[in-house]
Amino acid sequence: MWLFDRDLWFEIFHTLGKNMFRTFLTMLGVIFAMIILVLLLGSANGMSNGFNKIFAGTASNSLFVWGQQTSMPYKGFERGRRIRYKIEDAEILKKQIPEIEVLAPRIELASHRGTVTVYRNGQTSGSAVYGDYPEIDNITKKKLVEGRFLNQTDMDHSKKVCVIGEETYKLLFDKGEKAIGEDIRINGVYFTVVGIYKPNNNINIDGENAVFIPFTTFQKAFNSGDLMGWMAIAVQENTPVPVVEKQIKDILKAKYDIHPDDERAIGSFDMSEIFNNITAFTTVLQGFSFFIGIFTLLAGVIAISNILLITVKERTKEIGVRRALGATPKIVKRQIVVEAIVLTTFAGLVGFAISVGILSIMDSMWGSGDNFPFVKPMISVPQFFVSFVLMVGLSVLIGLLPANRAVRVRPIEALREE
Amino acid sequence: MIEIKDLHKSYKMGSNSLHVLKGINFKVEEGELVAIMGSSGSGKSTLLNILGMLDGADSGEYTLDGVPIKNLSETKAAQYRNKFLGFIFQSFNLINYKSALENVALPLYYQKVPRKERQEKAMQYLDRVGLKPWATHHPSELSGGQKQRVAIARAMAAEPKVLLADEPTGALDSKTSYEVMDLIQKINDEGNTILVVTHEEDIAHMCKRIVHLKDGVIVEDKKIEQVRAEQYV
Repeated sequence: MWLFDRDLWFEIFHTLGKNMFRTFLTMLGVIFAMIILVLLLGSANGMSNGFNKIFAGTASNSLFVWGQQTSMPYKGFERGRRIRYKIEDAEILKKQIPEIEVLAPRIELASHRGTVTVYRNGQTSGSAVYGDYPEIDNITKKKLVEGRFLNQTDMDHSKKVCVIGEETYKLLFDKGEKAIGEDIRINGVYFTVVGIYKPNNNINIDGENAVFIPFTTFQKAFNSGDLMGWMAIAVQENTPVPVVEKQIKDILKAKYDIHPDDERAIGSFDMSEIFNNITAFTTVLQGFSFFIGIFTLLAGVIAISNILLITVKERTKEIGVRRALGATPKIVKRQIVVEAIVLTTFAGLVGFAISVGILSIMDSMWGSGDNFPFVKPMISVPQFFVSFVLMVGLSVLIGLLPANRAVRVRPIEALREE
Repeated sequence: MIEIKDLHKSYKMGSNSLHVLKGINFKVEEGELVAIMGSSGSGKSTLLNILGMLDGADSGEYTLDGVPIKNLSETKAAQYRNKFLGFIFQSFNLINYKSALENVALPLYYQKVPRKERQEKAMQYLDRVGLKPWATHHPSELSGGQKQRVAIARAMAAEPKVLLADEPTGALDSKTSYEVMDLIQKINDEGNTILVVTHEEDIAHMCKRIVHLKDGVIVEDKKIEQVRAEQYV
């Protein structure tokens, strides 16, 4: 196997080593190309990871539905009627739409996005107050700094417990004060704090200044009866959210006598849309990085081919001698192509090492992704292999150019005395 | 060993063609030492190139050791060159980044001789031209005569049927020239067939036969009394 032929490698390194400086300059093109390719890809990956981190804990295939005011008169109802759902709707929807995986109803004190005053030992906060099902945690995960989230037992026994946001904690408690087990007062009812969650830079639908109490407790404490204000719905993985969204709206419209064309009566928010947009964005970004990187790489490899062409010209005589001594065109070609591959591969690896170093530095500087979606910027193993195979493939193709030039010169011309 | 019948060769020079060889008939037996003489433009180098399979003839027959040489592909030509022929050039044509030993071993490399055997054989031939102590030296560290001796060792290493020398002493002073000719004579004494292209009378007379070329035809072909180069060394 010629690949393990010591003499071939000896000759290749000899010719390359003979012109160290030129060899180095030649390689610079590929080194930079590889750096650019890896940095671009790595950054694109970092951004993709960053976005993923932001949305970590939020079910991507989910939507939220709430009631608004009608905008069209229908069946004798005037426009401007406020739509309020009933808790039974949850069961109806779940039964009729099997694609729904989780449905967590919610009710709010005061109107949507409104706040109520929460008291504790003379301190107050204007917070949103939600009555929630524990299942909500499967859709919008709360990062707890202390304690726990609401659970089924709280629901079953309508326990007067609550989970509060960090912002709420700051308003109601002194710095460092223990909150778990303490009571806070909402509309004259006392609730025991069982958990504190912190903002996690995610999509924060609920805000950081909020109090979560079990749905059943809410019903009893604030006499909300069978009303329900809001639904968080997780849809099966491979079902498009808009399809389910339409089904839900159709069912609700029929039930609450809303005009089928009334777009404003039911408010909804499709989470998957954002995810799809971001996925599309990062995919385009990666594709673009690859595109630029590959062309830069091509330019670098062409530079190598160029230098090899010059080398071939300089070595015309030597090649002539070799052929007179019995080197077949195949042997001559092979040597030059392997030179191209060796140069490119080595340069590529150097560039790769440098860029991976730069990426690690970038990672340690901004990689935490707290203020900017940029987490673990690094290229993946398949990406590395694809770029590498492409690079070597290109170098073979481009190496054939000087190789053919070398073979085209007939030995007699190469040996002609000056 | 070599048989040429009615060999023609012309080169295209723009619109007109230059008829260089105009029907050469020529035979070389095994063990001969032939000088091919002629002024520049007589076609002697062209003849040697055709003999060396570096160039093809337009018409005519060429048989080397019973093998007809005709319409060879580059690969086949390279293999035949390697098997049948050893080249000695005026400007030595050593590969300057290789040591003397590596230069001598090169034809063996193309014969796919294993490395160790190659080295031994190359050393053996280097010893025969008296340059064993210079084995690790690069051409730039050798004198002209030494370089030509390395080239001769290289030409012989593949044990070819015929040695082709194109002005082997053209770049050397007379003393070194005689040394080289002495070596060539000794190699011939061992039974090797050698063709020497030269335009120097004294060098030609150190061969056993002189073939005179003029304007593409052989004008004279005579056996001569060989002058031994030894006496001048």
